[in-house]
Amino acid sequence: MSTRLSRGGRLIDRSASQEFSFNGKKLRGLKGDTLAAALLANDQMLVGRSFKYHRPRGIVAAGPEEPNALVGMGRGARFEPNQRVTTTELFNGLEAQSQNHWPSLEFDVGVINNSLARFLPGGFYYKTFMYPRAAWKHLFEPIIRASAGLGKAPKDRDADRYEQAYAFCDVLVIGGGIAGLQAALVAGASGARVIVLEQTAHWGGRAPVDGDVIEGAPADAWVKSAVEALGKMENVTLRVRTMGAGVYDHGYVLAEEKIADHTPGDGRPKHRLWRIRAGRIVTATGAIERPLSFAGNDIPGVMLAASVRDYVVNFAVSPGDRTVVVTNNDDAYRTAIALKEAGLEVPAIIDARVSVTGDLPARARAMGIRIEAGRAIAKVKGGKRVTGVAICIQAGEGSVLEEIACDAVAMSGGWSPVVHLWSHCGGKLVWDTTHAHFRPDATKPPTNQDGQAMVIAVGNANGAMSAADALADAAKGGAAAAEATSFKAEVKAASATQVTEAPMEAVWIMPQGAGSALKAKMWLDYQNDVKVSDVQLAAREGYESVEHTKRYTTLGMATDQGKLSNINGLAILAQSLNEDIPQVGTTTFRPPYTPVTLGALAGESRGEIFQPLRKTPMHAWHEAQNAYMEPVGLWRRPYTFPRAGETHEQSVHREVNNTRTNLGLLDASTLGKIIVKGPDAGKFLDMLYTGVMSNLPVGKCRYGLMCNEQGFLSDDGVVARIDEETWLCHTTSGGADRIHAWMEDWLQCEWWDWKVYTANITEQLAQVAVVGPNARKLLEKLGGMDVSKETLPFMQWADGTLGGFPVRVYRISFSGELSYEIAVPASLGAAFWEALHKAGAEFGTMPYGTEALHIMRAEKGFIMIGDETDGTVIPQDLNLGWAISKKKADFLGKRGQERNYLASPDRWKLAGFETLDGSVVPDGSYIVAAGHNANGQGNTQGRVTSTYYSPTLKRGIAMGLIHGGLNRIGDVVEFNTVSGGTVKAKVVDPVFYDKDGAKQNV
Amino acid sequence: MLILECPYCGVKAEETELSPGYEAHLKRFGPGSSDTEFEDYMFARKNPKGVHFERWRHVYGCGKWFLAARCTATLEVFGTYPAQSAEPPADLQAKIKAKRPDWKGYK
Amino acid sequence: MSEVSALNHAKFDGFASIREIGPLGMITLRAKPDLPGLAEAIRAAVGTEVPATRRIVTNGDKAAGWMSPDEYLLILPYGETGAALAAIAAALKGQHYLAETVSDARAVFRIEGAKADQVLAKLSPVDFARLEPNELRRTRAAQVAAAFWKDEAGYTLVCFRSVASYMMGLLTHSAQNGSELV
Repeated sequence: MSTRLSRGGRLIDRSASQEFSFNGKKLRGLKGDTLAAALLANDQMLVGRSFKYHRPRGIVAAGPEEPNALVGMGRGARFEPNQRVTTTELFNGLEAQSQNHWPSLEFDVGVINNSLARFLPGGFYYKTFMYPRAAWKHLFEPIIRASAGLGKAPKDRDADRYEQAYAFCDVLVIGGGIAGLQAALVAGASGARVIVLEQTAHWGGRAPVDGDVIEGAPADAWVKSAVEALGKMENVTLRVRTMGAGVYDHGYVLAEEKIADHTPGDGRPKHRLWRIRAGRIVTATGAIERPLSFAGNDIPGVMLAASVRDYVVNFAVSPGDRTVVVTNNDDAYRTAIALKEAGLEVPAIIDARVSVTGDLPARARAMGIRIEAGRAIAKVKGGKRVTGVAICIQAGEGSVLEEIACDAVAMSGGWSPVVHLWSHCGGKLVWDTTHAHFRPDATKPPTNQDGQAMVIAVGNANGAMSAADALADAAKGGAAAAEATSFKAEVKAASATQVTEAPMEAVWIMPQGAGSALKAKMWLDYQNDVKVSDVQLAAREGYESVEHTKRYTTLGMATDQGKLSNINGLAILAQSLNEDIPQVGTTTFRPPYTPVTLGALAGESRGEIFQPLRKTPMHAWHEAQNAYMEPVGLWRRPYTFPRAGETHEQSVHREVNNTRTNLGLLDASTLGKIIVKGPDAGKFLDMLYTGVMSNLPVGKCRYGLMCNEQGFLSDDGVVARIDEETWLCHTTSGGADRIHAWMEDWLQCEWWDWKVYTANITEQLAQVAVVGPNARKLLEKLGGMDVSKETLPFMQWADGTLGGFPVRVYRISFSGELSYEIAVPASLGAAFWEALHKAGAEFGTMPYGTEALHIMRAEKGFIMIGDETDGTVIPQDLNLGWAISKKKADFLGKRGQERNYLASPDRWKLAGFETLDGSVVPDGSYIVAAGHNANGQGNTQGRVTSTYYSPTLKRGIAMGLIHGGLNRIGDVVEFNTVSGGTVKAKVVDPVFYDKDGAKQNV
Repeated sequence: MLILECPYCGVKAEETELSPGYEAHLKRFGPGSSDTEFEDYMFARKNPKGVHFERWRHVYGCGKWFLAARCTATLEVFGTYPAQSAEPPADLQAKIKAKRPDWKGYK
Repeated sequence: MSEVSALNHAKFDGFASIREIGPLGMITLRAKPDLPGLAEAIRAAVGTEVPATRRIVTNGDKAAGWMSPDEYLLILPYGETGAALAAIAAALKGQHYLAETVSDARAVFRIEGAKADQVLAKLSPVDFARLEPNELRRTRAAQVAAAFWKDEAGYTLVCFRSVASYMMGLLTHSAQNGSELV
């Protein structure tokens, strides 16, 4: 039985009862409990099933290293799987469900895997890939898929809010135990800006539980005074419930603050991701106790020794009435003493060491606890709960000397410093034989932008294992961090009473000569069901690298990332390979230290503000008209304006027909507009465009192409000469920022002595294309300037007013119709747009969207960047040689286009296509050619680039690239279709509509 | 995540405020250059393990391109300087040489 | 006919108050700091000195901010940009410069309250404890470019007009009651 003790419990409030439920069962706990403590207080030791064999699993630890006790928390929109009960604070109304079992926790069908364990050895998954293919498809994959996954994915949209925040400091202390507090006190006193993070809700770490005495008083008192002192320092920020997740380059640290996990629905953000930039990072992250590998070490009731005393001292919860302690070190004696002091029974301490000396064993002996030196656990008895242990000699093979009845086992295999944060950015480790653990190698720290050490590990995390050593080390580390960030610090450490501990003894298998039957029951990784026998098998099968062994056996790949299992597994591997542990090395530590919620990583980027949506000044009007919007870069543009009862296809066709016969209005505000000005602006534009822009007369417009240095077409648009020194360059809608950056790149980095300035004024102006036979009538009705053919002919522009609006009018056309593109200041855009609609009613005006725009430009054979181009197409491929100057000595892309491959007559070139049956060529089709290539694929001779139903011509039209280009006019070719057939099309001129330009030049 | 100090505005900008521009001090080869010259200009990059000169743009700040000398292995930043530099400043070269005696020079 | 700000003066009150203001008159002036006549041009346009690197100089409802080594942002009443451009043109006649009205390309927000800095600290990688008065900081706010500076009452933030509603969403999210950083 695990139960609540009648007295004690430093973190609980006995007057504040909290109701919660586990698997629907109503239970009670106390304020201050973790969920683990509350479950144990209700004798709920069994909390889950393991991943692979579905073995019954209980709570092993009391902190973030817990591998077993993962539950689904909450329900509906607040459901979260895989929450560790050991780090979950209890609150009224908490709901938890156990995971990975069916139909119930007590009776689980999946446990059948357990009896098949013999057939599911290490590397099982990999082996399934190697046997007959059919076995994978029909046998293994269905089984693995059915049983894969831990916990259930939430189905509902998360009801909570998340956010991120930036913070800056000189010294970031991660860990709020006595070492972290000591380091912060020293750094804080120096005047440095200090942030201290503690992952739990409490300061002080292990010291108060371990009975450490600091400055002559119990550790609790010192912790309290230290926190008070830090709280008074204006340069120090303290944060609890904040886990240092990862250390990155140049002092960047991510930390997750769990703000409202224990107060769900109170309106605060659930989690906050801190993005901290620190001068120096002090890791005071403590150490994690290791399990011992003995048969049955996964049976519920077998726990880490220090965790057992955490439950007793912090929460007044006893995991069992009779607890056998098994250890290879003195620290576990603290657990025996704590249990005894709480009035509980410790039938025996099984100590693998032959010689047991030291202060703590002496105290245990004095309390009358039986100590068995040189002994080991041969086997734990019990199924869903420990019922006893069989004792043997550690040096032997496991012959049972005696069985001891007990309901809990407290094990300690020694302590491993938490080196994760030290290691994330390249800090190296050294093997400490005294403590049988890896600790930070201070001579090989992770370095920052100045090449200096940026992480300083202190206390247990640095291998300073006693309270006295940890405080001294932390004071030194805190001072070093402050000094490194230019503050004057004084190394002043609190003194702790030193307890003499005898050396631990590395014990990797218990008993050391255990045979295969026992080793197959010694768990290393509890969550992923990796046993000593699996690692040994991997070694026999040739896996010498620890990284390979990890992946082959899945050791350390569970949600706990091997916090308990890595060192033990590594030691087994080293033994199997007859190598020393440091030679085998560790696996790589990667962030985050414990799992971080996806919500916190997304932060504010959800829903409406998932990404910036760029809106034109007319956006609200479009939405009010129920326009169907499409993304164009980050812009949202109307695709079409469907009317009641219309499909999108119908409305697009209506928009095309109306524009061609009456009048269409397009919101063209997204068009890029870049001013280029200066004495050298003409020269600059001649380098930028393939054509000549320097000789463009003031008041005129010219179409231009821009290529990258490889010669590939990058952007196009109409350039207008504004005055002697000023040009306005239109870019594609998605291209404004990119082209502006491209211009600045050349001006700043190559031709920095040229006198040219640029300004991206895209958003200053709303722009409307007034398109169709009635366009001029509408503008004349608005009045204010002469828009006649004579005064404002095609490819010219003029400033003036229309209907009282200040405008710049360009006579340019992307549709082939009479067309004016009119720019007004953005803040007048919506009003101007509405004025056009109002005045245009009598001329049949309708708005049209991007799809109608695309169809009309395709009917005219105009190319579209991104359709006809894909980064591998040069202007010559698109028959745009006329827009490339032959006279210019140089322009960006000229040399690239001279490469023999690009100059080859064999390149696919642009042509038009008309299907013989009038249908529409499918998007993405290739033009098939005879024969097959070396890979057995059908040959091709071209591909479609734009394909539409033309409402004007009432048939399918397409543009595409074909071998031979316009020389192929008249040929009939075949495009492949999605269904596997082909569709025949005739090669034609790509200008399908008004080739002479009679309609636009009026 | 890197921090680079913009030599124009003095902001110690983090990587998210910058956009990368790859290798610095490339010589442009245009019309009239040989295939080899053009290929080198376009495609042949040093990609060293160690000292590297790079282009960065303070895109969310003052918008200026600058150059940075950085160790690709340790991410140590030796210095930043304006893009309008034909070669790395002499004092920066001396500093790098002192820190990386095996360094063969920026060319 | 009247100019409208991007969001029609949207506002939100959380632990700080958020208001969309404007439109303000704005001119982007590109010129090197040693350009003859520059000081006269800026004085004529907004009545201030040439701002030093990363600084903004204010003069009542007018201001001049340093945007880059060859770019200044002039702020003035919306209707006065035309006259200011003319004054700049007169002062810089024959010189190499660029001046364009950008009033309508921008959205402007005020973030006010004792904890206004915390709203922005959630969005921008900026050390607000080290941000100096009259420092014009160009950076990003979440995924878009922004510039801001502080005064006694709070912060003025400028971003592009097209992302005004995104910016309002960011500021609203960040200023929710109960989400104070300290």
